[in-house]
Amino acid sequence: MDRDTDRQRSLTRRTLVLGGLQVGLFGVLGARLYDLQVNQAERYARLADDNRINVQLIAPSRGRIVDRFGQDLAVNDQDFRLLMVAEQAGDVEAVLDRLSAVLPLEDDDFERVLRDVSSRRSFVPVTVRENLSYRQVAEIEVNAPDLPGLSIDVGELRRYPHARLTTHVVGYVGAVSEEELTGDPVLALPGFRIGKSGVEREHDLTLRGEAGARQVEVNAIGRIIRELSRDEGQPGEDVQLTLDLDLQRYVQERLSTEISAAATVIDTETGEILALASHPGYDGNLFTNGIDHANWQRLLNDPHTPLVNKAIAGQYAPGSTFKMVVALAGLEDGVIDPNERIFCPGHLDFGNHRFHCWRRGGHGSLGMIEAIAQSCDVYFYELARRVGMDRISHFANRLGLGINLPLDMPGQRAGLVPTRAWKEATRGESWLQGETLIAGIGQGYVLATPLQLAVMTARLANGGREVTPHLTLRVGGPDAPLVDPPAEPLGFAEENMAVVREAMISVTSGRTGTARRSQIDEPGFEMAGKTGTSQVRRITAAERAAGITRNQDLPWARRDHALFVGYAPIASPRYACSVVVEHGGGGSAVAAPIASDILRETQRRAPARPLIQASDLADGLEGQDG
Amino acid sequence: MSLTFESAGVGGTLSNEPKLSLADKLLRLNWLVALLVCLLGAIGCAMLYSAGDGGWDPWARRQLVRFAGGFVVMLVIALISIRVWMRLAYVIYFASLALLIAVEIMGQVGMGAQRWINLGFMQLQPSELMKVATVLALARYFHGTSLEEVGRLTRLILPLALVLAPTALVLQQPDLGTALMLMMVAGAIFFVAGVRLWKFAIVIAGGLAAIPVAWQFLHGYQRERILTFLDPSRDPLGAGYHITQSTIALGSGGLFGRGFGQGTQSHLNFLPERQTDFIFTMLAEEFGLIGGLTLIGLFGLLIAAGIIIGLRSYSQFGRLLAIGLATNLFLYVFINIAMVTGRIPVVGVPLPLISYGGTAMLTVMVSMGLILSVSIHRDQRISRHTLDGDM
Repeated sequence: MDRDTDRQRSLTRRTLVLGGLQVGLFGVLGARLYDLQVNQAERYARLADDNRINVQLIAPSRGRIVDRFGQDLAVNDQDFRLLMVAEQAGDVEAVLDRLSAVLPLEDDDFERVLRDVSSRRSFVPVTVRENLSYRQVAEIEVNAPDLPGLSIDVGELRRYPHARLTTHVVGYVGAVSEEELTGDPVLALPGFRIGKSGVEREHDLTLRGEAGARQVEVNAIGRIIRELSRDEGQPGEDVQLTLDLDLQRYVQERLSTEISAAATVIDTETGEILALASHPGYDGNLFTNGIDHANWQRLLNDPHTPLVNKAIAGQYAPGSTFKMVVALAGLEDGVIDPNERIFCPGHLDFGNHRFHCWRRGGHGSLGMIEAIAQSCDVYFYELARRVGMDRISHFANRLGLGINLPLDMPGQRAGLVPTRAWKEATRGESWLQGETLIAGIGQGYVLATPLQLAVMTARLANGGREVTPHLTLRVGGPDAPLVDPPAEPLGFAEENMAVVREAMISVTSGRTGTARRSQIDEPGFEMAGKTGTSQVRRITAAERAAGITRNQDLPWARRDHALFVGYAPIASPRYACSVVVEHGGGGSAVAAPIASDILRETQRRAPARPLIQASDLADGLEGQDG
Repeated sequence: MSLTFESAGVGGTLSNEPKLSLADKLLRLNWLVALLVCLLGAIGCAMLYSAGDGGWDPWARRQLVRFAGGFVVMLVIALISIRVWMRLAYVIYFASLALLIAVEIMGQVGMGAQRWINLGFMQLQPSELMKVATVLALARYFHGTSLEEVGRLTRLILPLALVLAPTALVLQQPDLGTALMLMMVAGAIFFVAGVRLWKFAIVIAGGLAAIPVAWQFLHGYQRERILTFLDPSRDPLGAGYHITQSTIALGSGGLFGRGFGQGTQSHLNFLPERQTDFIFTMLAEEFGLIGGLTLIGLFGLLIAAGIIIGLRSYSQFGRLLAIGLATNLFLYVFINIAMVTGRIPVVGVPLPLISYGGTAMLTVMVSMGLILSVSIHRDQRISRHTLDGDM
């Protein structure tokens, strides 16, 4: 018994040690829990949220683009897409094989899907095909049991109902390229498209809207358990253009009788672009889903450059349409009196060079108005000589030539009106006086776009106010304010402007005017204008020897460009128009009739919005005071 | 006085000992232990209800049925005299050892290790029963060994064999966690039975020296587990994932937890095995530090009750049995919680009464039954040498 007592005593002692050890170890656990759940609780709570909350973007609906009367130019169609979730599909290749019995798949599609599947986590949907028809959707749905992992998703697809007429203006959207990823996560959404050209590109951010987001709770493998919150985001805003779709159609169709041409109609008071046509056009819808190689090559290699918007990016020597600039410069600088007569013997000798007038026999003695009406070259050689290149350039710039206009669409070219400094800087040669004479008739280095020519015409027609060409009428709903850039006076003397306008009137109305045959025959719709024929290349001595003396005998690409600028109506100008027919021949024979038709149609449609007259406003104020 | 009791008692006639009726026994039942077991069982069912995303299926209902069955088993065992248990100690030990060997031969393959015998209504894991059986056998052995005899090395050969045989078999399965637990329970019994500390020192030193050798014999996944424990970021989506996600779940629970059924980590499957080994994590995520400490406290009370019952027993067998089983319970709880809090490698030890699983429930109930039996029969004295009283 004593032994057992010893044993018990030893056991009790040692058990207390053991128990103490156990208490201590539990204490360690408690301390660990305290550390995790109190000291580091915040950090772990954040980690837990990171674990479970996944933010998914909702693509915003792209804003529509409409014309000035609300006609659709770019809309969104429902797009049925076929998506595959590899994880649910199991054997991806087998499913694609079975799918190809229902929906013809090309080898490219196969490879792309397999590539996408292997590069993403297996629960991320991969686009198999886009733009499915209702029938295809139905067939896939019927066969759904055999096609695990495939699902139909409804998205939006951009469509241009009048693409052939408007793609140069409206542009198109396309998939986001690697370089275009700005870090905005919405750009990485499958199937997301952004504006690539035209208005679509200019107003891309506005049209795009803001991506919505939904917070979803996901489990450990990323599958969605439930939606925690949803923010629909902001759909893109509609953009209303100044363009008149019906006028655009008329202009585009009128140009289509030519091989390659461009025309612009703008409101002389506001600078609103009513029509901006470039022929040949192309179908922007081709680009929405990614253009195929054959179509792309065809467009790219077409000698008539359908991809170029010639109205803003085509640069042409303005030829005689430039003469108003030189005339205004001469009048403003006081180096000529409009009534001063200059004799045209058919040529002007300057230095050791002879400069020819287009009329070999000469025009005889001419004042400024007759010189413009008959487009005498000698008169303008002399006038240009007197004004000097730098002054000509100055006035050209003020009228909108040789500069980048503040235009609300991408892709415009600046054209060129040279100065002496320009030649020094770019060619390293000093300016030759003879080059001033050539520039005086809009040849040589001088280049202008049809839009610039229309702007020049508008600024001449509206009495010398600096209207800014623009395509955007308003952004947002019908209540949004109109875009209305200021049109400050350029500071030209009114009597000088009147002389130039009178000269332009005599071009179409004068007995000897170069465009008298193209005058609009509807009373009140008459136009004023100026013809232009710009040489692409001189007829060489060898060609002359071979009997080629006429423009029509040359190959197309070397014929002259035909130009015409004009405004109407004469009494109270509202519409300015420019027409360039590439390699079309003479301005009076080819371009003037087109401009005449366009201006007549424009006035019939009368798309310009009524203006609140300053006098009306003043009356209103007086009335209130009284 | 006690001597007369003992000399009379060993005859097996128990004539001098108050014979306990069934009613007496029930009255002597340690109600604190029973209450704690019920409370823990209820917490377990509640957590499994939450683990099933607020449903009785697939776990909570079955666990409740098992708990009820286990509770009856516990009471039956408690009412049986510890003399009977002592008499049966070696029988139970060898029966369990036989089952363990049977598992080796005909065991089902699961989780890469052979551990179960399919009994039809449950998967029996003999290694769990083996722990109880080993405690029984050691308690019986040391009951018959005086303090002086414990000091003799030769007297330690047999109990060492009793421990090493099942340990070797469990290692063979391979189940490192259970093997270590067996050794630690045995170590605790050796310790309280009076084995000199320097002998432990030698064994521990020898064990440390054997680590490089043992490393060679470890399975790849076991090495992986140890390495991953040492540096969880080694493989954040693989083996280290469990520990990382478990600590995130625990930490995000904070002081008061996310609320019952609101544990995002657990319910979104970031937490692996939330119904078994990682159930404590879910509890601590949903009930916070308060909940975690409460549970540890309840287990602490139960273990302390077991140890006190042992200390109050009049027989060395009863003392060693109760202390050994209480220590076994402690090891379960400690290893499980240390594991899910990232303090020791993931060894796959369930949290008794809380984790889903039949064998663990049965083992704990049997253990608690034996402890309660020691409590009820605490006044019984049993001869050191023989049950039959031939002193």
